Amino acid sequence: MSIAVPAPAERRANPFTDVWVIARRGLLHMRRHPEALADVTLQPVMFTLLFAYVFGGAIQVADGGYREFLMGGIFAQTIVFGAFGVAITLAHDRTNGAIDRFRSLPLGNGAVLGGHAVASLLRSVLPIILMSICGLIVGWRINSGVVDAVHAYVLMLGLSFAVVWIGVLMGSLLPTPEAVQGVAFTVIFPVTFIASTFVPVSTLPGVLKTIAEWNPVSSVAESLRELFGNPRGDFGPNPPWPMEHPVAYSWIWIVAIVLVCAPIAIRAYRKTTSD
Amino acid sequence: MLRLMWHGASMTTSAYAIEAVGLVKRFGDKTALGGVSFEVPAGTVCGLLGPNGAGKTTAVRILTTLSRPDAGSARVAGIDVLAAPGEARKVLGLAAQDATVDALLTGRENLTMIGELHHLGRRVAKARADELLEQFSLADAGRRLVKTYSGGMRRRLDLAATLVARPEVLFLDEPTTGLDPRARNELWDVLETLVDEGATILLTTQYLEEADRLADDIVVVDHGSVIARGDARSLKRQVGGAQLFATVVDPERLDDVRAHVGRVAGAEPTVDPESRTVQAPTEEGPRAVSALADVLADEGVEVDDIGLRQPTLDDVFLTLTGTAIAAADEEPVEVTR
Repeated sequence: MSIAVPAPAERRANPFTDVWVIARRGLLHMRRHPEALADVTLQPVMFTLLFAYVFGGAIQVADGGYREFLMGGIFAQTIVFGAFGVAITLAHDRTNGAIDRFRSLPLGNGAVLGGHAVASLLRSVLPIILMSICGLIVGWRINSGVVDAVHAYVLMLGLSFAVVWIGVLMGSLLPTPEAVQGVAFTVIFPVTFIASTFVPVSTLPGVLKTIAEWNPVSSVAESLRELFGNPRGDFGPNPPWPMEHPVAYSWIWIVAIVLVCAPIAIRAYRKTTSD
Repeated sequence: MLRLMWHGASMTTSAYAIEAVGLVKRFGDKTALGGVSFEVPAGTVCGLLGPNGAGKTTAVRILTTLSRPDAGSARVAGIDVLAAPGEARKVLGLAAQDATVDALLTGRENLTMIGELHHLGRRVAKARADELLEQFSLADAGRRLVKTYSGGMRRRLDLAATLVARPEVLFLDEPTTGLDPRARNELWDVLETLVDEGATILLTTQYLEEADRLADDIVVVDHGSVIARGDARSLKRQVGGAQLFATVVDPERLDDVRAHVGRVAGAEPTVDPESRTVQAPTEEGPRAVSALADVLADEGVEVDDIGLRQPTLDDVFLTLTGTAIAAADEEPVEVTR
């Protein structure tokens, strides 16, 4: 007895199925290799607790409590860190031959990257939920209406999607998982700190203050504070445009990142995975 | 017991299942392939034999659409792999050098995923996965994560993965490299069954024994060029019949022995200092052995061994290139990760 396999001409290619099969593989990897989730689970919990209970007392926020101020920053930072997950997965796939296996199969062009992107987007839901719970425990509250709160969560998902493409770009350009780690700590880490993530930017010195005010990590943090009805940073009587309109500024960045990064990332990925 | 059902090569429109014409591939200023051509008739096994770095893997990568050549063309099952890589991928199966099965999936999930990506449909893919696990003696391990598998089990799963969609042409890149002798023998049994079922296979190997045992035709490559081709018997004939050999006790005497062997055999001998052996092809037959034994006894040269043997593919390689296939002597080690 043997299983009849449809002849090549009878096989129905479906790009969505291809993407989903690759995405499902990515989700299984996460479940079976939970250590890889540490950067979006343990680390933000640690940051929340550290800043809420250790540093928080020393940081002055204009009105309301620091713990309410903190969560917008923690959300923003955690989502940006999500880029490594994608980058490291892609780098692993390349070093262990999985990419070659996929390339020898009759897959649609974007299926592998699409699958990684979908898996990463689903992966990013986990820390958002986890951080919300963690925030509620340390005293953060949603003080706004349903519409604003939903907008805040949609904004987080939008940023997650944009960040996936930064991750794909990094994973395509950097040769090994170790190189990805290196860039993580020398580039992305500072970018999430020179922002209104943990402190009001008014406390920063000249140039750094300007950088922080235009840093999209700041605008996302401020957007979330605004949309959740939490205390915002103090930007003086004439706040720069991004800090006056953080939600609009954040969405512009999200769209721009996707439009710029996705095509470059796809091209870089093709280039590094052929020959 | 393995039972493998085979589609056969009914779809093949060309007389050859694989045709490589003048393949050239350069990496920077290094030429990996310098114009390689060969054909593999449908239903036969071709052994691409050569040392590390000879260009075997590069040739396989081009034929399986993973790499594009700088010049030349290639057809697999009649499909031009450069013009229609997507079509070619539907009918070829590749087992790359490092088993590329997914360590964080189970054996069954690996095979099902490959089947789904071949668009067999989830139901068929699952049934086919179970069938292959059974055939490759992996049924018990099918629901375990691949990271718990031994090197031999991984290779079997990798081979099973290449068979999921019943490809017309199989490419096996050094399928037994890194396996211990027992696992290698098991895999050879599996491959022989495939061969018996009429599969078309291109097999790369550094192991002469492997090519001799599995391949109908052997293409010998070295430094990116085909240096010889034919079946094992005709290649051995190129070396010139039986080999007269003597293994000396004292390596200091190798040069003396070389002269004697050359004179008795009537041909230029080769010397392998490592095994302290001198050998040369000869037409003289058993008489040469006694003649050589007499001469060496007169000269007072002590020998460990002396005699006449049929040439191996090692001798072929030595004769063709002047160097032995170094890696063929290495003791294979079990792959563990």
